[in-house]
Amino acid sequence: MSHYLDEVGANPGRSGHRLSIEAARIVYAVREAIANLFSAPDPLRVIFGLNITDGINLALHGLLKSGDHVITSGMEHNAVMRPLNDLLQHGVVFHQVVCEPDGMLDPQKVENAVQPNTRLIVLNQASNVCGTLLPIQEIGQIARRKNLLYLVDTAQSAGVVPIDMETDCIDLLTFTGHKSLYGPMGTGGLIIGGRINPVELHPTRQGGTGSRSEREEQPDFFPDRFECGTPNAVGLAGLLTALEWLQTQGIDKIRAHEKILCTLLLEGLTSIPKLVVYGPQNAEKQTATIGFNIQGMEPSTVGLRLDDGYNILCRVGLHCAPSAHRTLGTFPDGCVRFGLGAFNTQEDIYQAVEAVRTLAKEAT
Amino acid sequence: MSTEFAVILVDSTSHALRIEKLLVKHELTCKLIPVPRHLSSDCGVCVRILKQEMVEIKTLLSEHKIDTQSIEVL
Repeated sequence: MSHYLDEVGANPGRSGHRLSIEAARIVYAVREAIANLFSAPDPLRVIFGLNITDGINLALHGLLKSGDHVITSGMEHNAVMRPLNDLLQHGVVFHQVVCEPDGMLDPQKVENAVQPNTRLIVLNQASNVCGTLLPIQEIGQIARRKNLLYLVDTAQSAGVVPIDMETDCIDLLTFTGHKSLYGPMGTGGLIIGGRINPVELHPTRQGGTGSRSEREEQPDFFPDRFECGTPNAVGLAGLLTALEWLQTQGIDKIRAHEKILCTLLLEGLTSIPKLVVYGPQNAEKQTATIGFNIQGMEPSTVGLRLDDGYNILCRVGLHCAPSAHRTLGTFPDGCVRFGLGAFNTQEDIYQAVEAVRTLAKEAT
Repeated sequence: MSTEFAVILVDSTSHALRIEKLLVKHELTCKLIPVPRHLSSDCGVCVRILKQEMVEIKTLLSEHKIDTQSIEVL
């Protein structure tokens, strides 16, 4: 990022001078790295936007029309639920398949929900509240068999578990750079699979692309049809470095590390009286994101006490996911969430467990 | 005799970069330049190549199923 700011600084794709081309080279390199990470059919089908929410909005608003039926789950984030609820006003209907109390989803229930007018299945691969991993590939195969399009929100899973657009049968994959890809905020978007033509998807915004400037209509080719205005090139330069780091580490190695930490944290937390832990409570079936509550102490109080007294920073409340909290039985109070990553250590876990144990003793 | 060039016109800078990467990999001479006004009113870039390598490059692009708008001799 400092290289981009100090040495490049130009607008990618907006001129033919060497610094503009160098900026475009950096953005193209990120496109390739993202395409490789998810086995996308073509780097030009990687669409960068404001963030993953922007990518989800492009997919849902760009694709769905009046009369279309959508299937989703009871573990979704508002990044999906709010656009879907908005689309109700435009004649789109959706069905939320009920999940188990630990967030697990039975693929058969998804298949049973398919209607003659079902166009799309949209799922959050890993819960942002309790880490539950949904059976993405199995449901992808159902979507393919039923000739439905399939949108996957990988906000919590990209960089955590291997994702392959081809074998997982994903048509629309949304991603963010700022979570487990370890890049900066404001880097994210949508990958459009090979079964979708550019004209099938309506761009949610129009404007300058640096291409076809003689025309006042939006281009009809990837990626320009969906990318206009100046991109966050400095952020994407940071994401490129992050992806290179991720490749040197290996997702499998990070996943193995996170599984060890997740198991340690689950063992520690479940040993504490008055503690309720949500989700599968099994490192194989979830990411290293753990939701819990101390009975008799509000989540907001727990968060404040952990911050002030123990230097432990976590997110409390509803995590922009009221649906998921209803499924887990934690609506409307929410819960405390610990999210672990590649840089956490076993010592971090021991300290966190002891801090929660101390707070739990004070709860009434 | 001065060097003779051709240019590959493409839809966008991203398309030009994809071609540049392929040509560099195959040790073919290329440079991204602003699109000459007499060829197109586009404000983007195109890929300048050596005229003598044009046939080889056309074959390579075809093998990799890479679409172009056109290839023009300068």
